[in-house]
Amino acid sequence: MTPRPYAMHRRTARLRDKLLEINWGFVLLITVIAGIGFAMLYSVAGGHFEPWAKQQMLRFIAGFLVLIVVACIDIRIWMALAYPAYAVALILLIVVELVGHVGLGAQRWLDFGPIQLQPSELMKVAMVLALSRYLSMLGPNEVSRPLNLVICLAMIALPAGLVLLEPNLGTAMLLALGGFALLFLAGLSWYWIVPAAASVAAAVPLAWKFLLHDYQKQRVLTFLDPESDMQGAGWNITQAKIALGSGGISGKGFLQGSQSRLNFLPEKETDFIFTNVGEEFGFLGSIALLVLFAVVIAYGVKIAMSSRNQFGRLLAMGITANFFLYIMINGAMVMGLIPVVGIPMPLISYGGSAMMTVMFGFGLLMSVHVHRQVETPRHASGVV
Amino acid sequence: MRMFENKDKSRYGTFSRRAVIVSGGMTAIFGILAGRLYHLQIMQGDQYMTRAEDNRVNQRLLAPPRGRIIDRFGIALASNRRNYRAFIVPEQVHGSVAAALDTLAKVIPLDERRRARVLKDVATNKAFVPVTVIENLSWEDYARLNLDLPYLPGVQPDVGETRDYPYAGELSHVLGYVAAVSPEDKEGDDRDPLLQVPGFRIGKRGIEKTYDPAIRGKAGASRAEVNAYGRVIRELSREPGTAGEDVYLTIDREIQRFAYDKLKDESAACVVMDVATGDVLALISTPGFDPNAFNVGITSEQWNDLMTNDHKPLINKALSGAYPPGSTFKPVIATAAVETGVAEPGYSVFCTGGLTLGNHTFHCWKKGGHGRMDLRDGIKHSCDVFFYETARRVGIDAIEQTARALGLGRATGIEIPGERSGLIPSQEWKLKTYKVPWQPGETLVTGIGQGYVLTTPIQLATMAARIASGKALSPRIVHMVGGIAQARMTPPPLPFSEDALTKIRSGLNGVANEPGGTAYAWRITEPGYEMAGKTGTAQVRVITREEHMAGVRKNESLPWNLRDHAWFVAYAPVEQPRYACVVLIEHGATGPHLQVQIARDLLLFAQQRDPVKLQTAYPVKAASIGQTL
Repeated sequence: MTPRPYAMHRRTARLRDKLLEINWGFVLLITVIAGIGFAMLYSVAGGHFEPWAKQQMLRFIAGFLVLIVVACIDIRIWMALAYPAYAVALILLIVVELVGHVGLGAQRWLDFGPIQLQPSELMKVAMVLALSRYLSMLGPNEVSRPLNLVICLAMIALPAGLVLLEPNLGTAMLLALGGFALLFLAGLSWYWIVPAAASVAAAVPLAWKFLLHDYQKQRVLTFLDPESDMQGAGWNITQAKIALGSGGISGKGFLQGSQSRLNFLPEKETDFIFTNVGEEFGFLGSIALLVLFAVVIAYGVKIAMSSRNQFGRLLAMGITANFFLYIMINGAMVMGLIPVVGIPMPLISYGGSAMMTVMFGFGLLMSVHVHRQVETPRHASGVV
Repeated sequence: MRMFENKDKSRYGTFSRRAVIVSGGMTAIFGILAGRLYHLQIMQGDQYMTRAEDNRVNQRLLAPPRGRIIDRFGIALASNRRNYRAFIVPEQVHGSVAAALDTLAKVIPLDERRRARVLKDVATNKAFVPVTVIENLSWEDYARLNLDLPYLPGVQPDVGETRDYPYAGELSHVLGYVAAVSPEDKEGDDRDPLLQVPGFRIGKRGIEKTYDPAIRGKAGASRAEVNAYGRVIRELSREPGTAGEDVYLTIDREIQRFAYDKLKDESAACVVMDVATGDVLALISTPGFDPNAFNVGITSEQWNDLMTNDHKPLINKALSGAYPPGSTFKPVIATAAVETGVAEPGYSVFCTGGLTLGNHTFHCWKKGGHGRMDLRDGIKHSCDVFFYETARRVGIDAIEQTARALGLGRATGIEIPGERSGLIPSQEWKLKTYKVPWQPGETLVTGIGQGYVLTTPIQLATMAARIASGKALSPRIVHMVGGIAQARMTPPPLPFSEDALTKIRSGLNGVANEPGGTAYAWRITEPGYEMAGKTGTAQVRVITREEHMAGVRKNESLPWNLRDHAWFVAYAPVEQPRYACVVLIEHGATGPHLQVQIARDLLLFAQQRDPVKLQTAYPVKAASIGQTL
């Protein structure tokens, strides 16, 4: 490793240098993936930019700017903002629980005139920031100490629980899994992990009985036997599988996907957009998209590994893991491997909040990359 | 600072190991997703491709136009008529459907029941599905509807096709009718997908039923791309199907009408047949019914009227009515007598008005008796005693054989469903059915066509044609299906001597053309057209001993449904006969012998018209007619 002189000795670098430090290959990669998303939105609209593709492009441009700005902000500033951001997101989650706008049977939105804010999206980033900061203060052995563990679990459980109450099972799962991934990366002892995993498995029947809403139970039941309810909840899963499967090896061709064009696929522009990739470009097309995603993730891991500060490593890996979880949950859902939960395919699905969250996350990832040589003090602005 | 660096080194080690584990997990999960895609898209791809096509393509069957039924001179007896109708498409209506119907009601008649039905259909269907508002509009109403269409958004005029029987009741028992497919039809052997088409009609009776597979045609299909809500996006292909075949009958509609007009107020049956070929020129059962009513949907009142009518309009009496033949059975006995040698030259019976067998006396219809009767006189006067005695001598076995040779006792095989076989008793039959042996007295009763004997009008018409022609011909009513003439068998000669047939014909000639003959009063007087025939009276009830003692009872004094049935079996002309005819009037045995008069008029009309000699419509190629449908 040949450290670059300006980063080695200076605490701050000039903006021009920072822009040059951004990994533009990575930025190009996510632009390509977003471009596939535009094409898919164009396709499911029957070959029109309205109503989705054009809007999505504008959002991507906005997200792109956010990415650049976030990437150029010093990682120590992000570290300093981690706890306040977490606190704000938590407060907003509580507010949305009290006064939020009810959409699709769940309270998820806060209405600020022209801008609708989804605090759970904000929390996805804020929790990774806050946990990374807290864990970066700890050595591998310290992570497993009960007090630290309780604090970390509370930081995960509070927002996840609030989101679950909205109710939004998918996002709650995403938050929890993302949080646990960070604990694991920070060095949580196997002596905790194994019993915890065992007790989670044991708790599933209890959760089924007391925690899940009827519609969530229905989704699980329908998932187990989608054909039993072809006209109702099984419709989504069955039609998604038909769309994917009918693509075959090379697909039906761009704009030729009958399942989405003829509206057999519900939520074809959001959660189920991946099935259109599978239908129109077949096995080869879907695998190609998965490979692009895998390359993004590989970049993320590489960025994390090459950061010289623990906060950056955890942050980069946390964001990468979150991105992966999106893909995993959405992919498994549309392929009929897990029940339907409302998680979009990142960069592809139509939707402003998710796009902003993902681009903001990538901005932080880039910030880690740009500031990979910065060494953060052990107790930077110590709470502990 | 060293401590910090040591700590970070150990942290970095842990983090790297864990990051590798996490990366490995992520890679594994990517592998699972890829594997799942391989499973869905490559291993099960064909299956899902089919299901996507099933989703996308909606195949709708198109009902082909039904073939026509045509008489021997090309007159369409059953055809397809334009059905002017109106649909309403809710999504195209401005405002509410109810309001649109109010506006529509100002143009065409719409009653409250229909209105309620339409609103119900609209509520249960998607908004783009056209709902039938009214069918069978008159041309005037339909024209008015089209004129006002600009003010009726959402209303769609349409021209469909419906079965039409222009001669209604006149041919109802020949043609039958078409009606909606019943659940039983769908569960039967007929697997034609057309049966599943809503509103499809199939033949339920008569020729419509027998030839339904040919008349129905082959289903066409329209393949259309539909979206998830069932709306048609575009038609992918259309295959029009094959129109049904036209069926040409041997019926001459003029004779049919002539006979129907004479009999329509009676409960009667009539068959007119070409004695050379067995072609049926007219087949009537009265009262008829209107087959159109079954097509458009019969009301419960209409149905109840048909079911409760004591003249039984739904029964085809010409084929399904089995009656005692009465005296019309006497030619059978006479033939058997000649063939068995009983009626050798000089054979006669002396009629005293009754014949005693054991302790029972069998009466002649003529009180006081006919005196000495030979075979010819016996037929001419229809002397009961002559036939009691002759039957006794001939024996039931020979009677049975002769009757069967003349076409009785089994279905004639005419191409209309529902024919009954009638009954010619035999010793074997009696023993099997009643477990008691045949009694000699029963032979006597059989001799005058009573007792167990049952015949249908079509059978007696066949008998008349066989006696007239000397050939064992069978009736038929369908000449050609789809331009292909039906196979026709050359009838073998009857297994009787020419001597027997000559004697019988001579007797039948005496019945109608010699003073004293039972039909002499109603003979054909035009020279060259004279008919030969045999009258008959079929007893409806068992005559009690007291009534026998009281002598001849007045039929007219009885209630209608207890009166005897009146038969006349005839052919004409006497020399080289051409047409055979049977008339049966249920409970019609009255003085004026209406059945004989009608048969006389019919045979005269048939001979003068002579349809067999006229150019038929048959040579016309059916396919070219089918085009004009």
